Amino acid sequence: MPDMIEKSAPAGEDAIPAQRGGAVAEAKAEKPRSLGLDAWHDLRKRPVFIISAVLIVVLVLFAIAPGLFTSVDPRAGDLSKHYLSKPNYLHLFQADWFGYDGQGRSIYARMIYGARASMVVGICVTAGVTIVGGLLGMAAGYYGGWVDTIISRFTDMAFGIPLLLGALVILNAFQVRTVWSVVFALVVLGWTQMTRVMRGSVITVKQSDYVTAAKALGAGTGRIMFKHILPNAIAPVIVVATIALGGYIAAEATLSFLGIGLQDPTISWGIDINSAQKVIRQAPFVLFFPAGMLSVTVLAFIMLGDAVRDALDPKLR
Amino acid sequence: MGRYVARRLLQMIPVFLGTVTIIFFMTRMLPGDPAAAMWGDKAADPAQLAAFKHARGLDLSKWQQYLHYMGDLFTGDFGLTMNNRKVIDVIGEALPVTIRLALLAFVFELVVGIGIGLFAGLRRGKAFDKSTLVLTLLLISIPVPVLGFVFQNVFAIQLGWVTPTVQSSTNLGQLILPAVVLGSISLAYVARLTRTSIAENLKADYMRTAVAKGLPRRKVIGTHLLRNSIIPVITFLGTDLGALMGGAIVTEGIFNVQGVGNSLYHAIGRSEGATVSGFVVVLVLVFLFASLLVDLLYAVLDPRIRYA
Repeated sequence: MPDMIEKSAPAGEDAIPAQRGGAVAEAKAEKPRSLGLDAWHDLRKRPVFIISAVLIVVLVLFAIAPGLFTSVDPRAGDLSKHYLSKPNYLHLFQADWFGYDGQGRSIYARMIYGARASMVVGICVTAGVTIVGGLLGMAAGYYGGWVDTIISRFTDMAFGIPLLLGALVILNAFQVRTVWSVVFALVVLGWTQMTRVMRGSVITVKQSDYVTAAKALGAGTGRIMFKHILPNAIAPVIVVATIALGGYIAAEATLSFLGIGLQDPTISWGIDINSAQKVIRQAPFVLFFPAGMLSVTVLAFIMLGDAVRDALDPKLR
Repeated sequence: MGRYVARRLLQMIPVFLGTVTIIFFMTRMLPGDPAAAMWGDKAADPAQLAAFKHARGLDLSKWQQYLHYMGDLFTGDFGLTMNNRKVIDVIGEALPVTIRLALLAFVFELVVGIGIGLFAGLRRGKAFDKSTLVLTLLLISIPVPVLGFVFQNVFAIQLGWVTPTVQSSTNLGQLILPAVVLGSISLAYVARLTRTSIAENLKADYMRTAVAKGLPRRKVIGTHLLRNSIIPVITFLGTDLGALMGGAIVTEGIFNVQGVGNSLYHAIGRSEGATVSGFVVVLVLVFLFASLLVDLLYAVLDPRIRYA
């Protein structure tokens, strides 16, 4: 997220983090800050942003290098250590820290390894939806006329299909379901929201004087769309995308919970929540830890989205 | 007004046809042969299978099947399930259950959500407001399966206030717990939307005028503030009604409610194209009419909005 904001900032931004304090005021005097840079300065001071960013960095580390946090194989089941042997909360970072699940697998190791599926689904679906929806929305908003009519009506039709229901139908068509089939299903159903946001935003920006000026100077359609309109229309899309990311992670877990998302041997918190329901009365901790991880992950992205929205749209404050 | 409604109804037709078309082809592309599956583990007798498929029109091309399906749909015929029940009867059994559940959830989120949002918005920055913000954020981030199991475990199994699963779908007392789970995430959104809207409108000129001319506080808040602040909430509630009806798959599964979500889940698992698309047709209609209702409500709430 911070990456995207930084990229939209002007070239002067490199100098600012290096020499803070007095240099910031100088840079300000030389060049007015862009919306993205302004938002970034604002974000760095917000506790909500810092907490969620730290959480997300840790989760991304879990996803990239789970071996750093546990040396236990999350798929190795030892039935002599099943859920009735209580967790040992003093054994920090060890296999029995949070106990074992119904098949004697370390809950702690599965919590760490489960981050990968959630992160990949969340990030890839958001990227896919933003690209597909963003391009369609830009085309609809910029060209107007029959292009807009066709794209908007098609969006309306696809919007009527509930996300969970449509994903169930699509995923049922896959015999073997991997992370990528879940990503595919969620992108196919999720782009409509992004198209609507982008279209509305582009229509507003299109009428600005600087767009007219660029046209008068003879800029081509591509240049106007990507150099002038896109940077000014992207803010609401970034906000919606960040908040939606948490929603896609929850959707993956829900689908896996229903037995129609990810399958073993992929490790997913949703699958673990499903298998925990059989032992919930004797061992609630088997449900608690994957469910807690899932909730914290979704929470981190929703908080990030809230902070980004406040920073990008000062009117909403 | 009448012309506006007529125009909106006409605009609904292409959207409805388009959605039904998309869902028809999605469901008919499900793998596996539900007709052959009727023979169970045994290999199907080719002659009988062919006869069955011919009788059902399953041997036609997908496009011919589509035309037949759409033709039948407009005479109110939703087709047959694989075991020869009318899809419309299956829908007729499941829909009332889900409507009861969705309405309970809807009333819950409407009353509790607007109530909490109103109090939080009026006391912006105070302890109640801050705790509302934190609690609603937590509620939004807890996925439905987790919330369902936690509530079932705490309220039904440990405290014993309600039955853990729904035995009789006409017993509203048993439906309360699933309805609370179903409505809780939307409740958090409703509370947050109401809070923001109320806090914004508190500063409006008409509020100062209303207070200055000496209106009682009840009237200032009830007639002036709430009525003006409720429009964004109504927009959300309108799209949510459709989501509550179709999105209850998880909740209905956990609490064993024999409604639309449960029937759909099993129909998808059995590759029953006709049943799935039948349910979706009904859900899309609910969704479309809910959004029309919302737009009409705008005009009732805010007389500045007029539809010609």
